[in-house]
Formats: sequence, C-alpha cells, structure tokens
Amino acid sequence: MTPSTISLEATPEDHQIAKMAALAIGLSLAEAAIPSPLPGIKPGLANIMTLLVLQRYGLNAAIWVSLLRVVAGSLILGTFLSPSFALSFGGALASLAALSLARHLPGAWFGPVSLSILASFAHIGGQLAIVYLWLIPHAGVAYLVPVFGAAALLFGTVNGVAVARLSAGGAPWGAWQSIQ
Amino acid sequence: MTALKLVKAGDWLVFLLAAGFVAWLFATLWHGGRGERVVIRGGGKIVAEASLLTDQTIPVHGPLGTSIIAIHDRRVRVASDPSPRQYCVKQGWLSRSGEAAICLPNQVSVEILGATKAYDSLNY
Repeated sequence: MTPSTISLEATPEDHQIAKMAALAIGLSLAEAAIPSPLPGIKPGLANIMTLLVLQRYGLNAAIWVSLLRVVAGSLILGTFLSPSFALSFGGALASLAALSLARHLPGAWFGPVSLSILASFAHIGGQLAIVYLWLIPHAGVAYLVPVFGAAALLFGTVNGVAVARLSAGGAPWGAWQSIQ
Repeated sequence: MTALKLVKAGDWLVFLLAAGFVAWLFATLWHGGRGERVVIRGGGKIVAEASLLTDQTIPVHGPLGTSIIAIHDRRVRVASDPSPRQYCVKQGWLSRSGEAAICLPNQVSVEILGATKAYDSLNY
C-alpha cells in the first residue's frame, strides 16, 4: 500500500482566520462556564472577535470566524447538531446578516458600539424565532422577549465599547495588537 | 483615554433607539396579553361565553352540584365548587389570555381567550 499524502495549501489569510477563530472559540468556551440566570442570556463575548475581524479584515473573514467559532465551539462543548447548536448557528447567521447591512453606516457617526448593538439584537431575534417556530411554539415565549431584549442591549453595548477600546489601541490592549 | 470618548454620536442614537425598543417590548408584552373574553364549559359543552369587562356571577350545573363562576374587575375565578379538593377554587383569579381553571370532578372549566389562541400545552 502506498502511503498517500494530502497537502492542503493554507494561505496567510487562512492562518489569520484560524487564529482569530481560535480566539473566538476560547471566548465562547470561557463564557460557557459563566452561570446564567436564564438559559440563553450570555454576554456573547465571541462577538467581540467577529466585530474586530469585520473591522480589520472585512465581511468574508468575519463570516468565516463566526461560523468556525459556532461549529468548533459546539464540537468542543458537545452540543454539535443539538438544539443549542441550531440556536447558536441561527443567531450567528442573523447577526452576520445585520452586520452585512450595518457596516455600510457612515463610519464617522456610527462606530463599533452601533454595530455591536444591532448585531446583538439580530442575534437574539434570530434565536427567538427559532425557539418559537421550532422548539417551543408557545405564546409564553413572548413573556421572555423583553428580558432577552434588555440583555441584548446591555451586552451589545458593553461588547461594542470593548471593540472600540480594543481597536483604538493603547497600552493595556497591546495583546490584541501583537497577535495580528 | 476613556471608553466614553470612543462612543460616537450615532452610537448614542442607536443605543437610545434600542433602549426605547426594549421599553416598548416590556410595555406591550408584559402588560399586554390581558384576556378579553372568558369561556365557561360544563360537561364538555360551552355553557357561557362572557366578556371580562362585565362583572357578573354565572352558576354552572355539573354532576356534583353547582359551581359559581365570578367575573370581577377584568378577572375571573371559580368562586365556589362542590369538588372535594377545590383545586380550581384555590387557583384564584385569572386575568391573562390562555389561563384556565378546571374543576374536574364537577366537569366545569373556565378559560380566558386572548386575541390569539395560545397552545394549551407545550409541544416539543
């Protein structure tokens, strides 16, 4: 039997995306350990990576990083193809869709905070749609919508400020600059 | 450099709009959903359909005796019932759409209808 060698050509961009995705996966794993009062309410720290990548490398890279994070993160957490995977995947697609529109906002007026808030509302909106249409088709879901909305506003804003701070640079944030 | 300086004018606008949206969600979804009409069944048949806006008392006759349904102040309850365990009476006042009280032994039930008919059970 002849040993076969398959070699994949990885471009520098591939390496860059893999590096960013690895950071995003790290954030989502760290976040999975944070206890939450209500399933589904999470800070969404990995979205910080998606936004930074969108800002530096454009939409395509952001889509790659976000979807790689969802798939690889779910493999590590053991939720791949489970309902919670469907929720992360749907949320990620919805927030990417929102970002693909919101990135055209004039940059002089709208910074990462706007993008982050819009993405986080799209994220929870997509997830609630999946919950209602597929998992729990019960009118009671509506009672939770305001709570999720408030969480989206809070974490969207906090993550947005984190992105703005990270991309603005400065001494404590040198780590982010050094890995690029 | 403070983090506040990184927030641009449009960001504040988006934040305020989002906050307004969340407030609106709370206002409509938490205080909405009030029922308008109540359906009272006895022995599987609809005995009465009444508006929650009119205060009244409706007697319903079942196999064990008479259950009294009371509507007061946009709420409804089973005021008295001959069933041994009194579950439906203890349930107290109902006001939201989809809520129901069932007096099984006397075959009487009260259910509040909303604008849309909610599912009566979870389906997974």
